[in-house]
Amino acid sequence: MKALFGIALRSLANRRLTVGLTIIGLTVSVALLLGVEQARKSAREGFTQTISGTDLIVGARSGPVQLLLYSVFHIGNATNQLSWQSYEEIAASDAVAWTVPIALGDSHRGFRVMGTTDAVFEHYRYARSRELRFAEGEAFAGVFDAVIGADVAARLGYDVGREIVLSHGVATTSFLDHGDKPFTVTGILERTGTPLDRSVLVSLEGIEAIHVDWQQGRPPTPGQRVSADDARAMDLQPKAITAFLVGLESRVATFGLQRAINDYTDEALTAILPGVALSELWSVIATVERVLLAISACVVLAGLIGMVTTLLTSLSERRREMAILRAVGARPWHIFVLFMLEATAIGVAAAVLGSALVFGGFWLGAGVIARETGIHLELVAPGQSEAIIVGLVIAASALAGAIPAWRAWRTSLADGLSIRL
Amino acid sequence: MPESAPRNSGAVTLRDVRFAWPRAAEPVLALESFAIERGERVFLCGPSGSGKSTLLGLIGGVLQPGGGEVGVLGTDLARLSPAARDRFRADQIGLVFQQFNLLPYLGVVDNVLLATRFSSRRAAAVGGDAAGAARDLLAVLGLEDARLLRSPVTELSVGQQQRVAVARALLGAPGLVIADEPTSALDSDARAAFMDLLFRECVRTGATLLFVSHDRALADGFDRVVELPALNRAPVPA
Repeated sequence: MKALFGIALRSLANRRLTVGLTIIGLTVSVALLLGVEQARKSAREGFTQTISGTDLIVGARSGPVQLLLYSVFHIGNATNQLSWQSYEEIAASDAVAWTVPIALGDSHRGFRVMGTTDAVFEHYRYARSRELRFAEGEAFAGVFDAVIGADVAARLGYDVGREIVLSHGVATTSFLDHGDKPFTVTGILERTGTPLDRSVLVSLEGIEAIHVDWQQGRPPTPGQRVSADDARAMDLQPKAITAFLVGLESRVATFGLQRAINDYTDEALTAILPGVALSELWSVIATVERVLLAISACVVLAGLIGMVTTLLTSLSERRREMAILRAVGARPWHIFVLFMLEATAIGVAAAVLGSALVFGGFWLGAGVIARETGIHLELVAPGQSEAIIVGLVIAASALAGAIPAWRAWRTSLADGLSIRL
Repeated sequence: MPESAPRNSGAVTLRDVRFAWPRAAEPVLALESFAIERGERVFLCGPSGSGKSTLLGLIGGVLQPGGGEVGVLGTDLARLSPAARDRFRADQIGLVFQQFNLLPYLGVVDNVLLATRFSSRRAAAVGGDAAGAARDLLAVLGLEDARLLRSPVTELSVGQQQRVAVARALLGAPGLVIADEPTSALDSDARAAFMDLLFRECVRTGATLLFVSHDRALADGFDRVVELPALNRAPVPA
C-alpha cells in the first residue's frame, strides 16, 4: 500500500501539466465553495456584531426586518417617522434605562447622516460589548458639530476642524444642499466594522436646524430663509425622529414593554428585539445562501468531472504502465487502488490549495475590499462547516476516482501482460 | 500423491492445454504437452500469430486455460485463484518485454525494486538493503555509473533500458525468467552483449530461461529450440 502511494504520487508528478491544470480547476471550485461559506458566515458575523446590548428598537409601524435594516444598518428608508412625544413618553417609562434616538434622511457625499444625542457614545455597543471611541477629537457639542466614522474620514480625507455641507435626502448625488448651514467635524470615530464607519453623526438639534426653514419637505423660498446664527437661537427640539434604541433596566421587562409599544394607542409603532429580527433576516437570506451554495457545489461537480475526464484520457497512454505493474505481480485491485489514490491525492491537493486561497485571500483582500467598498469582511475562523466541505470534496474526488479506477481495473484484466491494441 | 500436485515438478509443464478467446469459436492454442526442465534455457520460436503471447500469458498466470494443466515450478496455476496466480507470478517469474519495460516516472533503481514491491518472497530474498542489492545487480549488468542511475529512465538508451529490465527480472532470484523478444529493439552488437548477459545471469542465479523470439539467429547457446507451430494443434488462422 505504501509502495502504491509512492507510485501514485510519482505518476501524478510525471503528468504534472494535465494533473496540475486539473488541480487548479478543482482548487478554484473548492475556493468558490469555501468562499461562499466564508462570506455567508462573515456577513452574519458582521450583522450580529453591529448591535449589542440594545434590548428593543422602536420605529413607526413596519415589518421587523425593515425596521432593523433602516435603523441600524442604514439599508433602505423609513416609510414613516415617529413623533417626539411618543419617544419622550416611552423613554420616560420606568423599565427604560436609556434610549438613543436616531433621525435619518440626510447625507453627505453619499454617506448617511444620523441625527442622535450623545447617548450614542455612552450606550451604543457593538461586537458584544465594545463602545464607540474617538480616534481623534471629541463628541459633538454645538448644533453644527459633526462626528464622522472612520470610513468617511479615510475616504474623503477629512480631519477634525473640516467644514462639511449636508445634503437633503440619501441619494449619492443630491441637488438639495443645506449649504447655508455648514457643519464642523469635531471628532473621528475609531473603526468599528459597523455602518457607523460610513456615517456622519450630528445632534438632533443640528438636523432640526437645517430643516427649520423648510416647508413640507421643500427648501425655503429666498424670503423665508433662516440663517445659521438665527437657527441656533431657535427652539430646536425635533418634532419627529426615525427610530430609537432602548436599553432596559431589566431584561425581564423586554416582552412586556414590546407589547405595550406595539399596542400604543396614540401612534402606530413597532418595537423589535434585535436578535429576533436578525434571525428573521437570516431566514430571508437563507434561500439566497442555499442557491449560492448549490451553484458552488455544481462548480465543484464540474471540477470533479474534469478530473475524471483527465484520468480517463490518461488511461490509454497508461496501458503499458499497467501491464508493467501487472508483470511484476500487481493484482488488478492494486491498479484500482492506484487510480483511486491518484484521484484522492488530486482532491486533497485541491482542498488544501482551495482553503489556502480562500483564507489567504480573505486575509489579504479584506483590507482592499473595505477600502473600495466599505464592506468589512471579518475572517471567521474555519469551523465545522468548512471541515465538512473539505471532507466532502475529498470524499467526492475519491468516489469520482472510482470511475477511471474501474475502467483501469477492467483494462488491466483484459490486457494482462501484453497490450492488445 | 495429492491430486493438486503436478505429476512432474519441472520448471514448466503443460498438458492438454487449450485456450480460446471469449466468443471465439476456434482455440488459438492447443498443446498436448510442453515441458521445460529446471535450469534449462529454452528458445521458443514461431511467427507472429502462432500463439506465443497466449502461451506466455498462460505460463505467466494472466490467462486461464480452457482445459488442461499449466504447471510452473511445481504449482498448478489452473487451480489457483486469480489473486494467487498474481502473487505466484510476483514471487516466481521475472519478465522482460520487447521494450517499454520501465515506468517512466520511477528512477533506475526504483524500477528494479518494483520486483520486490508486490512480492514479499523476493523482498525477503534480497534482504534488508534492497536498494543496495538492486545497485549490485545493475553493476553486474554494467550499469554502475552514479549519474546514469540518477537520470530518468527515459534518457537511457534502449540497450540500457533492457538491462535494467533484466535486473528487475532477476532481483530476488525468481525461479523462471521469461523474455519476450527482448532484443528486437537493439542493434546487433547490443543484441549479442545482451544475450551474453542474460545467459550469464541466469546461470549465476540458477533461473530457468524461456526466451521467445521469431529470430532464429538468436538460438545459439540455448539448450533447446522449440518451434511453437509444430506443437500447436490449433487451426492456423487463415
